[in-house]
Order: sequence, then structure tokens, then C-alpha cells
Amino acid sequence: MRFLSILFFFLVGFFGYAQVTITGVISDENGLPIRDAHVHIANKTTSTNSKGSYTLSDVPKGKQKLYISLIGYHAIAETIEISTDLTLNRQLKIDITKLEEITIQHLSNSKSESSNEQVLKRATIEKFSNQTLGEALKEISGVSILKTGSTIVKPVINGLHSNRVPIINNNVRLEDQQWGTEHTPNFDINSAGKITVIKGASALQYGGDAIGGIVIIEPEVIKKDTLVGKTIINLASNGMGGSLSSSLQKGNLYGWSWNALGTFKYLGDRETPDYVLSNSGNREQNFSGGIRYAQEMYNFNAMYSFYNAQIGIIKASHIGNVNDLYNSINNQLPNVAEPFAYSINSPKQKLQHHLIKFNYERWLNEESSINLQYAFQFNNRLEFDVRRSSANNDKAALDLQLATHTFLADYKTNIGNWKLKSGLNLGYQNNFANPKTGVRPLIPSYEKLDAGLYGIAVYKFDNATSLESGIRYDFSTIEATKYYLKSRWEERGYHEDFPEFIVGEEGNQWLTKPTFDYHNITANIGYRKQFHHEMEWLVNVSLASRNPNPSELFSDGLHHSTGQVELGDLRLKKEQAYKFNTTFKKDWKSFQVQLNPFVNRISNFIYLQPIGFETTIRGAFPVWEFKQTEALLTGFDINSKWKITNHFSHELGMAYVHGQNLSTDEYLIDMPPFVINNKIQYKNESWFNFVSELKSEVVFRQNQFPNYNFETNIVVNNELTPVLVDISSPPKGYHLLHFYSEMTFKINKKNSLTTSFSIQNIGNTTYRDYLNRQRFFVDEMGRNVQIQLKFNY
Amino acid sequence: MKNLKLIALLVIPTLFSTSCSNDDSAVNEDEVITTITTTLIGGGQTITLTSRDADGDGPNAPIVTVSGNLVAGTTYSGSTTFVNELANPSEDITEEIALEGADHQVFYQLPSTVGTLTYTDTDESGKPIGLNFTLVTGSAGTTGTLIVTLRHLPNKSASGVAAGDITNAGGNTDAAVTFPIEVN
Repeated sequence: MRFLSILFFFLVGFFGYAQVTITGVISDENGLPIRDAHVHIANKTTSTNSKGSYTLSDVPKGKQKLYISLIGYHAIAETIEISTDLTLNRQLKIDITKLEEITIQHLSNSKSESSNEQVLKRATIEKFSNQTLGEALKEISGVSILKTGSTIVKPVINGLHSNRVPIINNNVRLEDQQWGTEHTPNFDINSAGKITVIKGASALQYGGDAIGGIVIIEPEVIKKDTLVGKTIINLASNGMGGSLSSSLQKGNLYGWSWNALGTFKYLGDRETPDYVLSNSGNREQNFSGGIRYAQEMYNFNAMYSFYNAQIGIIKASHIGNVNDLYNSINNQLPNVAEPFAYSINSPKQKLQHHLIKFNYERWLNEESSINLQYAFQFNNRLEFDVRRSSANNDKAALDLQLATHTFLADYKTNIGNWKLKSGLNLGYQNNFANPKTGVRPLIPSYEKLDAGLYGIAVYKFDNATSLESGIRYDFSTIEATKYYLKSRWEERGYHEDFPEFIVGEEGNQWLTKPTFDYHNITANIGYRKQFHHEMEWLVNVSLASRNPNPSELFSDGLHHSTGQVELGDLRLKKEQAYKFNTTFKKDWKSFQVQLNPFVNRISNFIYLQPIGFETTIRGAFPVWEFKQTEALLTGFDINSKWKITNHFSHELGMAYVHGQNLSTDEYLIDMPPFVINNKIQYKNESWFNFVSELKSEVVFRQNQFPNYNFETNIVVNNELTPVLVDISSPPKGYHLLHFYSEMTFKINKKNSLTTSFSIQNIGNTTYRDYLNRQRFFVDEMGRNVQIQLKFNY
Repeated sequence: MKNLKLIALLVIPTLFSTSCSNDDSAVNEDEVITTITTTLIGGGQTITLTSRDADGDGPNAPIVTVSGNLVAGTTYSGSTTFVNELANPSEDITEEIALEGADHQVFYQLPSTVGTLTYTDTDESGKPIGLNFTLVTGSAGTTGTLIVTLRHLPNKSASGVAAGDITNAGGNTDAAVTFPIEVN
């Protein structure tokens, strides 16, 4: 083939043009065209279309390097002499040994042309098989975690979390009641093949409300005819339990393919260096499966996933009233610490999330495709509390059933140097707050309708420079059905502002139907420039809008599981954020560095502020109110990778956020403190792919915090005494060391076993974290030794 | 392929129909205590101390009433009741507490100059519940507060708890009220 093409060049070749056009078709061993193969000649690159063909124009003449690659195939690297327009057809051979790399199909196209996408690959995700999505995401600098205890973990991107960080799983926006800080993403980390984080709202196709950023999770799709299996077994010393996750995948380029995955987790009480965190165990039983039928010009897939978790809430964090809170803060010791147990008692959460998705993609021609998708999600959240009457102990104190239907239609096309994407989405959501719990729900029943429309255009000046711009319109209407205590309705001043919402009366409560409509325009513009091979600059400015969530609007009383009164506000307006984000990447041969400063100016920023206490017959409770302010978040993330020798490498990650409340000239509450992570790795492929890592995690004390301390009366020596409740002061900074090592044994060509051994918190350091809601009550987990066995077959 | 489409068509409408079950009825709250009454009988008089929180966990603070002053050096026979007046008819929670006596204890905190309390009831394991007690008042002219606390799942074996010291009791507070007391 190579000989032929050189011969061809000698026969037909003539001179006079400095630049030529190269075309060709890339196919597999059976002669079937390969889509998305990467073709690189001289300094020009492109990918093959659905017919396997490619065109590269303006290729300089002379001796040039030709490089063709696609994950899962042997790459082709040749040197060719170019003097005229050429047709270069090549066949790629499947690479069995690279099976593990085989990942995503054309979903892997970048989500945002001008934003820095940071990716967690499968190998990293697998390390967190026993943990949570949030803990895996923390590997990316600029992502921190907001915890409630040790198993409820939410990702925080550049200081923002919950509804400001939508999670897109398998092209479906996860609707799992993310409005609460103690609501963990209802997602099995084992079902992720690749996780991408974009620190901004630039991926407009997924929505315009990603004020903090967006997490995009994609499954593995194997595009060749093979059957692969994987089983991961984890054992952890802290919690005395572990997990088992097993998956099977039948891949295929065309025709039928399918996959199935099951995960079980079983862990008991976690332990700090000094005591047991009683009732901190958790369980998970997850399943997911999908089928796919693909032909050259279309594919259809259907998938179902079920997340089922039971999470214990640390007993010591269940406080009665402000007296207990004061004692807990001042004693720095939990009021209960029992011997280790596996059992999970109240307070606890039972979470279930179902997702069903149907997706149809069709290529209209070589350059355009449409994608239609319907998804249904059903999320059931049960919170069990310590009830006064033991007869009620098996009855949930909160039972929310959230059903979400979404329909998406997307169109993509390439015209010359233009890449265009547009689409629409329709959604219907119904939340049902079961009144049979015997406890007034903070989140009411509601119905919500959404409709959105977007258009994104990317113009490529050349292969190194592109400009991206997008605009999106969203309409949303929500109607809630909620009983308000008449006294609360007046205390909030709603009798003056919203008399029209009252539709009925029942005893000392008003039956209300608050209704709100929102029209949002969001937009984004970005630029990407690659300066020769080593340096890249990306800049992006986005406008994002987020509507207040049901918790921010409707909360109206005592949150039993946290022992605090939470008050929403029907007057809250939508949040609007202007985020400026830029990334510099510099790549020397053995040293890479990436710098990502940002400015996020948020109008009507909604936050929860402690404002004092309210007295009820149970005693006094701290009151937290949702407030709105003008906010400015600035900061930077820095990453570097240094390949010191063939065996040693070093990684650095740093993240800093400064949050300013512009209206009150105070700092913003709950901003992540400054973090520095250092990792030294030793790698030796000849010792069964031996990898060994030592990681240092330094978290500084957050010195930038607002003072929301309040005074209350507590009983001291049988008399009421005024005291100051210090709920504002952040805990001390801390330094943790973690160890990780692994080895891979090839059993035969297809089968391998990877064993890993890791220790988290080697020094068994006692510490508390500012972004843990239970920092008032207990220390963080102590040392944890983990063993992982991973079989690939 | 055809089969799949058929399945899809069948599944979608079922999902729609199952997810739209709305029930607008108000929550019948079964955890609320609105009214705590401590009754003291002795020296020929009956004194009632009442704390009533008509909106439960709502914003309004409980209203506390004390029917009269205590007489110095007198032994009162006391009892405390817990009622939910929001239920219709109103629900007496005192019986439930007595039935699950081992899981509950009522604590009384009072300056010793004002008076001293002794439990007079027990649960099945001989530990106090605290619904009934005797109060011996101190000398005339003393004032102070009587704090009545209902604890759920206290550690009754902890030091001092059976004698009425709340310090090591643990558990959760189901009710806590403060009455002003005057001894003449």
C-alpha cells in the first residue's frame, strides 16, 4: 500500500504547488468504514466521517509524517513524500491489548469548544469504586466536596454546589432532589466510563443554569464485536466492609450490543481516631443495563438504571435544640459514641433512583445528524427520624417522590469551517410530598414544566484557532401545593405580598398554591487558540441563570434531621451569573502546567444564613434563612505534571476561591478553603505495571468567613444563662497523607488481575472540615486501609 | 428493532400514569406536643404551670402561665401531662410516654433554694419516668425557674440520671419549657 502510493506519486507527480489536498478512506480489516479515526499529516489534523473518508487541505509539500489512530486499533505512523494532491486509503487493525482503552463513541466530541474540560478516566474512577462520585471528582483541582458525615458527598466547583452544578448522566440531567446540602447525588460511580468537568456554564446544550459548572458522566461504549467482563472487589478497614461491582459488556460496531452492571456496597460504622461514628454505615444495591442497535447511518439505544441506597446519619448529629448544639460546639465531643455496629438505625435516609432512557440517533448525511431522546426518572427520598413514639419508628418523616420526564431533540452539522449545534428540550416534573408521614414536609408537592431552545456555533479559523458562541432560552413554570401555618404565613409577611396564593383553609393552616413563571436567556462566547504545539489559551465568558429551587422558595420550618429551622422565601428572584474563565496550558516535554483563573459575578446569589433562634415547646432552635445578595467569586486553579525520570513523576494541584458578599461587605459563608495537593508517583512497567503513589493534602483554615454567631439562653447549673453560640468559626487547617499502590498481572491475552493497596489518612490525623455539615458534632474519619481486586476478562 | 419500539410505546404511557398520583390533604402531625401542664397539689392549694404553643413548630413562642405562688416549706405532689391540642380531638401523649416509660424521662431543673424534687414513678426496670414526683419547697422569698425537659431515649443508667440530673442523660429533647417560680 505504501509502495503503491509512493509509486503513484512518482507517476502522476508534478511540481509548482506549495500546498496540496489529501483525501482518503479509512476502513477496518473487513473493509467497513471507520468513523472518528484521527488523521494527522504534517501540522494538519482531521477525523473521518461516517463513510470513513477524510479531506485535509493546504498540506505542505515535502517529506511529511502521516499518523492515523483510533482507540482500540493499532495506530499507523508513516513518512510520506508529498508533492501533489493524493488519495491515501488505509486499513486499521484491531488492537486486542488496547481493549481497556476502548471508550466512548462520538459523544466524546468536546462538549464546549472554548472551555477547559477536565476529565477523569476510567482508571481513576475505578479507584473510587468503593466511594462516591464527589470523592472521585475531588481529584480535579478546583473541585472540593461538601459533606454530611462521611457518605453524603456533593461536588463543589469553584465554591458552588447543589443546583448550581448540574450532573448529566448518560445525556440525561440527573433529577434527584439536589436542592439540599445533605442530598447526595443518586448515582453509582461504578457505572461511569468517563467523567468530564466544565467549570462554567458554557455547555449550553445541557442547560443554562450551571452557575458553578457541570459534571458530565458518560458510560463506556465498546464499538467492536467482543464480550468483556469486569469485577471489582473492595475491602475497607474503616467501616469494616466493602463493595462488589461486576459488569458485562457485549460490544459491536454494527448490530446489537448490550451491557449490564451490578454493584453492592455494605459498610458499617466509620471511626475517627478516637471514637466510633455511631450509625454512619451505608448500603447500596445498584443495577444498570442497556441495549444498543447500530447501523451505519443510525443507532438506537435503551437503558435502565436503578440506584438504591441506605445511609445512616451519625447519631451524635441528631440534636434536640440549641442547648445541645451549644454543648456540642463547645465540648468538641459527640454526645453519643457506641461500640462499632453494622446496623443502620434512625436517623437514616433511604434513596431510590430509577432512570429509563430511549435514544435514537440518525446521520442525515456525512456531516449532519439528529438525536432524539426521551428519559423518565423517578426519585424517592425517605428520611427516617428518631420518632417520639416507637410505633412510628418505621414510618418515614419525609417521603418525597419526584418524577421527571424529559424529551430532547438535537441537531448537529458541519458546514465548511462552521460547526453548528441546536436543539430543544421539553420537561415535565411532578413532586409528591406524601402527607402520611405525620410530619409537615419542608418541600411541598409541585408540578413544573420546562421548555428550552438553544443554538451553538463554532467557527474554526484554522486548526489552531476557533471561536464559539451560543445562546439559549428557557421557560419554566412551577405550581406548588403547600400548607403554611397561619403564624408562619404572617411572620414571613406573605399575607401582604401573596394573598392571591391562598386557596383554602384547614385549622391553623392556609392551603396555598404558589405559582411562578421564569423566562431565562443565557449566552456564552469563547475563543481557543493553540500557539504551536506547546501552548494553548482558552477564554470564555458566560451568562447563566438559575431559578430558585423548591427548598429556597418553600422551606418553612424545623428540619428535624438537622435540628434547625429553615426558612425559604417566596420573594426570591432568579440568580444570574457572569463568569469569566480563562485557561493557559503550557506543555514542555516533561512538564505540563495549567493555570485557570476565574471571576464569577453573581446577582441575586441565594445562600443560607443563620439569623438567630426560634423558641418552640421543644426548646429553642437555630434559624437559617435563605437570603439573596450580590456576590463576587474570584479564584484560580493550578495543575502541573512533571515527569522527573522514566519512573518518577510529580503532580501538583492548588485551588483558591475568594467569596465576597458585596451587599454587606462580608465574606461569603461556606467557601472552600485554600488547598494544595502534591503527589509523587513511582511507576515501573517491568514489575507487573507497578504503580506507587504518595499524596499530601494540605487544607488551610478558612480565614475568610462571615460572623453569624448568635446569643441564646441555655441552662447552666439549673438556671438560664445567656451564651454565644459560635456557629461561624471554621475548624483548624489540616494535613493528610495518603498512599496508593497497584500491580497488574496478565493471566493471558484477554484476562488480567489488578491488585491495589491503599491507605487514606496514614497518620490517623484528627481533623474537622469546614465544608462538612457535621463539623459541629464529630471529627472526620481516621485511617482507612483499602484493598482492591480488579478482574478484567 | 420492531419489538423494541413496541416495548417502548407500551412502557412510556404506564410511566406517565403511575407518576401522577397527587394527594392534597394536609399532614396529620403526629409528633407535636402543644401543651405541657405541671400540676402541684399541696398545702390545700392546686398550682398549675402551663406552656401552650398553639402553632407547634411555628414561629410563635409558647405562652407560659403560672396560676399562683408556692408556699414555703410545703410538700407538693406533682405530675406533668403532655397534650397535642392541634389534633382533633386533642391527644393526650402522657399515656404514650408512660407506656414506653423505659424510652422516656422527664427532668426537672430547679435551684435548690427554691425547692427539691424527688421522682415517685418507675418504668419496668425500676428507673424513674418522671411523670409523677414530689416537690418540697424551700424558704420564703426565693424565686427561680423550673425547667421541665422530656428526653427521648435517655441513658437512664448514666451517672446521676436516675436521680434527676440531666447532665449525662443524652437522648433527644422532645419538649423543654421554662416556668418562673416564686415561693412565699
